[in-house]
Amino acid sequence: MTLQAIHWALIGIWGLLTAASLIVYILSKRSEKNLSELVQRTQSWWVMVALFTVAFLVSNTISIIVFALISFLALKEYFSMIPTRRADRRVLFWAYLSIPVQYFWVYDSYYGMFAVFIPVYMFLFLPFASLLSQQTEGFLKSVGTLNWGLMLCVFSISHAAFLLILPPTEGNSAGGAGLLLFLVFLTQFNDVAQYTWGKLFGRRKIIPGVSPNKTWEGFLGGVGTTFVLAIITAPLVTPFSLAHAAAAGLLIPVAGFIGDVTVSALKRDLGVKDTGSLIPGHGGILDRIDSLTFTAPLFFHFTRYFYY
Amino acid sequence: MLQKVFYIFVKIAVLFLLGLNVRRKDILPSEGPAIIVANHNSHLDTMVLMALMPLSKLKGIKPVAAADYFFSSPWKAWVSEHVLGIIPVQRKGTDRTSDPLEGCYQALDKGQVLILFPEGSRGEPEEMTSLKKGISYLAERAPSAPVVPVFTHGLGKALPKGSFLLVPFFCDIFVGKPITWAGDRTQFMNTLQDRFNELSSEKTFAPWE
Repeated sequence: MTLQAIHWALIGIWGLLTAASLIVYILSKRSEKNLSELVQRTQSWWVMVALFTVAFLVSNTISIIVFALISFLALKEYFSMIPTRRADRRVLFWAYLSIPVQYFWVYDSYYGMFAVFIPVYMFLFLPFASLLSQQTEGFLKSVGTLNWGLMLCVFSISHAAFLLILPPTEGNSAGGAGLLLFLVFLTQFNDVAQYTWGKLFGRRKIIPGVSPNKTWEGFLGGVGTTFVLAIITAPLVTPFSLAHAAAAGLLIPVAGFIGDVTVSALKRDLGVKDTGSLIPGHGGILDRIDSLTFTAPLFFHFTRYFYY
Repeated sequence: MLQKVFYIFVKIAVLFLLGLNVRRKDILPSEGPAIIVANHNSHLDTMVLMALMPLSKLKGIKPVAAADYFFSSPWKAWVSEHVLGIIPVQRKGTDRTSDPLEGCYQALDKGQVLILFPEGSRGEPEEMTSLKKGISYLAERAPSAPVVPVFTHGLGKALPKGSFLLVPFFCDIFVGKPITWAGDRTQFMNTLQDRFNELSSEKTFAPWE
């Protein structure tokens, strides 16, 4: 087996993770402060990167199933976190069932149905299913919250999976797999970069009413670092020209930031700190993929518009 | 054997369909004599508590349940006894000559773990009703057995009374500090109620309307 661009990219990610883990290890030995959460976070990254790598290397189908599972866990977290009506149990059940259907369209490369199934058919069907219980009290709130959750956790995330089945092009032998790696890596890297810049240099709060720990320094530092990394890595795994690589290098960190604060606003409204406790050190799965819910559909359409 | 096979499936289903957030699992006893006392919202309560136990210990863990429900037909009785390992209790005492808790005493004497739901019924999902006093008689009779309160939330949303459709929700299981018998039934019941109040206020739960 010869190593292709995609393998080099994966090796690079593992190298970066190893370097980051060493830094965290040294910091935790030297520092007086308790860094157990940071250590836990780093350990969780190893697990997540390992799972992702295995799925990625085995087959596209496995990767699509993994994304479907991520959507399921995220939607379950969302439904467990928000106020729901007992009368809507059946509606929630239908919402869950839409996950395998939506990911089947991905597997089937059926773009037309993939693009409308949730925003059109489920959008129309869920309120209908809800009114069958004949409980109108709380109807609007219920339909609104259920649809938003479905869009965020299933529709948005499924765009990441759809990248996978985009075929290789002349300028990009890595095909959809390369694009997915580019998106997921930069989105997650940007989260860490914004966090790190913010911890080191953060002074001016950017949106204290929603997320008091986010700063302008963190945001701009993260955007800058991700931008540079996008330009370096784009020729390896994407068909992007320099201008498009630069555009993607801005799109991902900015959209990622907005996704992050959107889920923060939701958590503030509900009065919870984390969306769950599935990933030690990080919180719930929605805490980890909040930025991806915004970057995945935007990056997908950016790529599709210019290259497919 | 049958029980182990059954609970392997239950463990997988609980892990995948529900997903549990367990606090202080280390103080949940899997060896007796001990009494686990939990609030009751769903048939899933027993399944989930059993699923938290190591497979090798399952034989010595006995859910205590209503005879009028779980032993109402021959096949139900067979499943209840051989697969679920249930100890039946008569809810409505028609026969005053024997102690309805006799089976429980024997199990504790044998060093088994009892799982009890002192609310007596699943009732309205996610609403706790008053605790029945039977548990204090058990504690008095077996003072060496620690009574461990367990508060669960979410199982009543996933499968409430009267429904057969399981809808996935993340569930919280909060294990509380064990209570030891101090010699007074009323005081015991008050302590138990206090423990449940503490456990249920550990987290703000999403409302269920």
